[in-house]
Amino acid sequence: MSKEKFQEKIDAEKKIEPKDWMPEAYRKHLIRQISQHAHSEIIGMQPEGNWISRAPSLRAKMILLAKVQDEAGHGLYLYSACETLGISRQELIQQLHEGKAKYSSIFNYPTLSWADMGAVGWLVDGAAIVNQVSLQRTSYGPYSRGMVKICKEESFHQRQGYEIMSEMANGTPEQKEMAQDALNRFWWPSIMMFGPHDGDSPRTGNAMKWKIKRQTNDELRQSFIDKTVHQAEIIGLTIPDPDLKWNEERGHYDFGEMDWDEFWDVVNGNGPCNKQRLDHHKKAHDDGKWVRKAAKAYSDKQKNLVKN
Amino acid sequence: MSLLDYTLRIADSSLISAQRLSEWCSKGPTLEEDIAISNISLDLFGQANGFLEYVSELDGNKTVDDFAFKRNEREFFNFKITEQPNGHFGDTIVKLFLTSAFNFLFYTKLSGSKNEKLSALAAKSLKEVKYHLKHSRSWMVRLGDGTEESNKKIQESLNSLWQFTGEFFEMDKVDTEISKSGLGVNNLSIKEDWNKIINTTLSESKLIRPKDGYMQTGSKRGIHTEHLGHLLSEMQYLPRAYPDAKW
Repeated sequence: MSKEKFQEKIDAEKKIEPKDWMPEAYRKHLIRQISQHAHSEIIGMQPEGNWISRAPSLRAKMILLAKVQDEAGHGLYLYSACETLGISRQELIQQLHEGKAKYSSIFNYPTLSWADMGAVGWLVDGAAIVNQVSLQRTSYGPYSRGMVKICKEESFHQRQGYEIMSEMANGTPEQKEMAQDALNRFWWPSIMMFGPHDGDSPRTGNAMKWKIKRQTNDELRQSFIDKTVHQAEIIGLTIPDPDLKWNEERGHYDFGEMDWDEFWDVVNGNGPCNKQRLDHHKKAHDDGKWVRKAAKAYSDKQKNLVKN
Repeated sequence: MSLLDYTLRIADSSLISAQRLSEWCSKGPTLEEDIAISNISLDLFGQANGFLEYVSELDGNKTVDDFAFKRNEREFFNFKITEQPNGHFGDTIVKLFLTSAFNFLFYTKLSGSKNEKLSALAAKSLKEVKYHLKHSRSWMVRLGDGTEESNKKIQESLNSLWQFTGEFFEMDKVDTEISKSGLGVNNLSIKEDWNKIINTTLSESKLIRPKDGYMQTGSKRGIHTEHLGHLLSEMQYLPRAYPDAKW
């Protein structure tokens, strides 16, 4: 298949499957994007995992643990989708540990109170869904099917997060303060999850042409803000953006400028938890080495028994 | 009161095991195992919740969360083995295996209880515990018969945790009363089967069964190891710090 035929297929909204011919740059772009997505699910287990042992009721604890477990499951689908492109999970993890592969910067912020479990579910999962709903139509078959599965669970997560937020915003004065503080800390990092402005996003061009991405960063961000403002109003919390205002003419909310210095700092490794998150993952990986080795040795012995 | 005490002990062992296992989340040796351990932890939280609902009903006053979050160290009755720190993966597997083998036999008997609530809760738990036993057993074999290093590690885990297995088969006044009236289990009656599960698994795992020596005791009277206090202070901190809040 030629480049032209490939593009024709994309334009006709046909999915590209693992065995189909694809330009090397398309493959590379997908590996980068899907692995980043997989790593985000896995590293994303940590900020929420931070509160499992301290969840304030048995019900809250079970919901949170189930949610973090779902994320591990999402990571698993996505690593598998990525493996269809000819790279192993081990290589992907190595890239993460060497800093060659990234994950979403949002997980480099600490979770400091129980209300953060609400904010993460409501805002972070909320932002992720906007992106993932759009990615259900991505051109690569295994990625698209993974997204369909993931979206179902994510919308449940977002509702749970909003429920925590709403309970706290309507709770004791201390709880309300925690809820507002969580919103204050997570608002800007959440809207930065959509990445740089379209004009500053170097990879958007090909990704749109190949229909890996279906909507631009700015379009997705706008759609997230539009649906979230009202949700904050309902539970009586204030979004920490003095420039936030409904624009009748555009039919969208206008909003203030993000702190791009902070954004690039965190992307480049200088955020509050970058080192902690990566160290945690490396440590778990290293601590598990003897276990993986034993499992492999045992399975090799069993295979030999069958052979002999 | 005996029935309440009896049920509370079961609930406490499930709750504390679940809390410990949940500490593994995001730290598993593989992603698949991370998910499996979280699953087992969730099963055990669910079991704890079920037994605590019955406790709360018998009590008539306190809620499930009051029981989980508002009792002190001396008011918990879980087996000491459940509160032991996770240690490395082999330590956790040995703990899980020894307790699951007991739970499996215990719930098998308890599902025949004359008390409908207990028998239903036991039957539900039994389905889950079968999987816990199967899962932990398969790791016992893989680690025991894996590499020299893994065999050594898990043998050491087994040696140090063995002292906590005596508690499974203790019978105090509450146990005797409940089991005599057909509501509960005579723990001595499952010891032989427990030994069988342990012995066959250990021999398949190329591990040596430790000799019965000093055995820990006390949990039925709320006497614990030092670890429980720390576990509870972490688990209970929010409801204790904000007693008026609803979550």
